[in-house]
Amino acid sequence: MDFLSRYDLLGAFWVTVQLTVFSAIGSLVWGTVLAAMRVSPVPVMRAFGTAYVNLVRNTPLTLIIIGASLGLYSTLGLALADDTSGTFLKDNNFRLAVLGFVAYTATFVCESLRAGINTVPVGQAEAARALGLRFGQTLGIVVLPQAFRAVIAPLASVLIALTKNTTVASAIGVAEASLLMSEMIENESDKLFLVFASIAVGFVVLTLPTGLLLGWVAKKVAVKR
Amino acid sequence: MTAAAAATPMIRMSGVDKFFGPLHVLRNIDLEVPKGQVVVVLGPSGSGKSTLCRTINRLEPIDKGTIEVDGQPLPAEGRALAKLRAEVGMVFQQFNLFAHKTIVENVMLAPVRVRGVGKDEARRTALELLERVGIATQADKYPAQLSGGQQQRAAIARALAMRPKVMLFDEPTSALDPEMVQEVLDVMTTLAAEGMTMLVVTHEMGFARKAADRVLFMADGEVVEDATPEEFFGAPKSARARDFLGKILTH
Ligand SMILES: Nc1ncnc2c1ncn2[C@@H]1O[C@H](COP(=O)(O)OP(=O)(O)O)[C@@H](O)[C@H]1O
Ligand SMILES: [Mg+2]
Repeated sequence: MDFLSRYDLLGAFWVTVQLTVFSAIGSLVWGTVLAAMRVSPVPVMRAFGTAYVNLVRNTPLTLIIIGASLGLYSTLGLALADDTSGTFLKDNNFRLAVLGFVAYTATFVCESLRAGINTVPVGQAEAARALGLRFGQTLGIVVLPQAFRAVIAPLASVLIALTKNTTVASAIGVAEASLLMSEMIENESDKLFLVFASIAVGFVVLTLPTGLLLGWVAKKVAVKR
Repeated sequence: MTAAAAATPMIRMSGVDKFFGPLHVLRNIDLEVPKGQVVVVLGPSGSGKSTLCRTINRLEPIDKGTIEVDGQPLPAEGRALAKLRAEVGMVFQQFNLFAHKTIVENVMLAPVRVRGVGKDEARRTALELLERVGIATQADKYPAQLSGGQQQRAAIARALAMRPKVMLFDEPTSALDPEMVQEVLDVMTTLAAEGMTMLVVTHEMGFARKAADRVLFMADGEVVEDATPEEFFGAPKSARARDFLGKILTH
C-alpha cells in the first residue's frame, strides 16, 4: 500500500470536498429560487422555471461541464478568476465546474423541494395569506421551511449524487480525486484494483456520513401534524 | 365614530356570482353586515357557505359583483389585498396553525411580519391573548401537541392578534371531538358580546340562538332566508329550511 504515499490523495479529495461544498450551497440557493418560480402566481416565472428544469435536468452533466469550459470561457471569454494570477487556469476551471454543477444540481433540488411543497397542506398557505402575508412571505416563512424539513432525505441523495458527480470536473482538468485516479492508473497498472479501491473508499468515507447525518437530521426536524 | 362611519356596513356584497368551472356556487348574493353584528350562516353541505366566507377576504376570487369591507372595495392581488386581509380575521375548520412554529410564535408571526411590531411587544400581546382564550400554559408547545379545542382557541388568538375589524369563522367546531366544542364556542360567545363583527358558518344551534343577531340560511348558492334566530328557529319560512332544521335537530 505504500505506493499511495507517492500521491497526494488527501489533496485530491480536498478538491472533491471543495467542489461538493461550493456546488451544494449554490444549488440549494438556485434550486430554491427555481422552486419559488415554479409555484409563483406569475406565468412568465412559472414558464421559465419549468423550461429551465426540463432542459437542464435532461442534459448530460459532462456536456454541461464541458460546455461551461468551452462555451463560457473559450468562446465567450468569461473568466471567473484573475487572469494575471499564476493559478488562473486552475481557479477558472474550478469555478466554471462549480457553475456547471450548480446549474445542473439545482434542478434536482428544485424538484425535490416541489415535492416537499406538495406535502404542506394548502391550509397552511391559506392561513398565512388570510393573516396578510404576501406571496413571498407565505412561501419563505410558512411553506418552504416545512417543505425543506420534509425533503431532507431526498436532498441527502441529491448531495451524495453531487459528490460523485464532481468526478466529471476531471473532464476540464480540475484536479479532484478521479483525475488523480487516472494518473495513478497510468503509473501503477499492476495495482489497478488497489487504486480503484482506495478511490472508492475515499468516496464512501465522504458520502456515508453525509447520508447518516442527514437521515438523523431528517427525523429530528420532521414536522408533526 | 361619525354617524357616516357607523352607517358604513362592515361587509357589503352586491350581485356576487361565483363559479367553479360549470358549477354556479354563489348566485347573485346581496348582503350587508352592519358593524358589531353577529351573523350565523346555516345550510346543507355544498350550499356555498365556505365559499361565501372565503370570498370576503378573497381567498376565493369572485366572477361578478362587488365586495366591500368597511367601505373599501376588495383590491385585486398584491400589497393592497394583503393589507385588507390583515384586517379580516379568519378561523378555519382545520385550525391551520403553522405546524413548524410554537403556539406563541403562531400568534406573534403576523403582527411582527405584517405590521412590523417589535418581537417583545408582540410576544407580550400574544401571551395576553392566549391567556384570554385559556391556553397560556401551552404557549411554548407545538400545535400537534395540543388538543383540537386548544388548537382552535390558539387559531382564534392568532387571528385576534391582528386586531381585525371583522372575524370570519368557517365551521370552527366541526372538526372537534364533542367534549371540546363548548370551550371554543365560549370564546366565540365572549367575542360576540364584546362587540366584534362576526360571520360564523356553524351548525351549533345553541350558539346561533345565544350569540347571533341574525341567521342566514343558504341553499344551492343562494341566501334563502335572512332572519333573526327567533324567527328562523321558531318559524322557518321555506320548506328547505324546515327540512334542514328537521334533519339537524333530530341529531
Ligand atoms: N376549489 C373548488 N373547486 C371546485 N369546486 C369546489 C371548490 N370548492 C368548493 N367547491 C364546490 O362548490 C360547492 C360549494 O362548496 P362550499 O362553499 O364548500 O359549500 P359548504 O361550505 O356550504 O359545504 C360544492 O359543490 C363544492 O363541491
Ligand atoms: Mg364548508
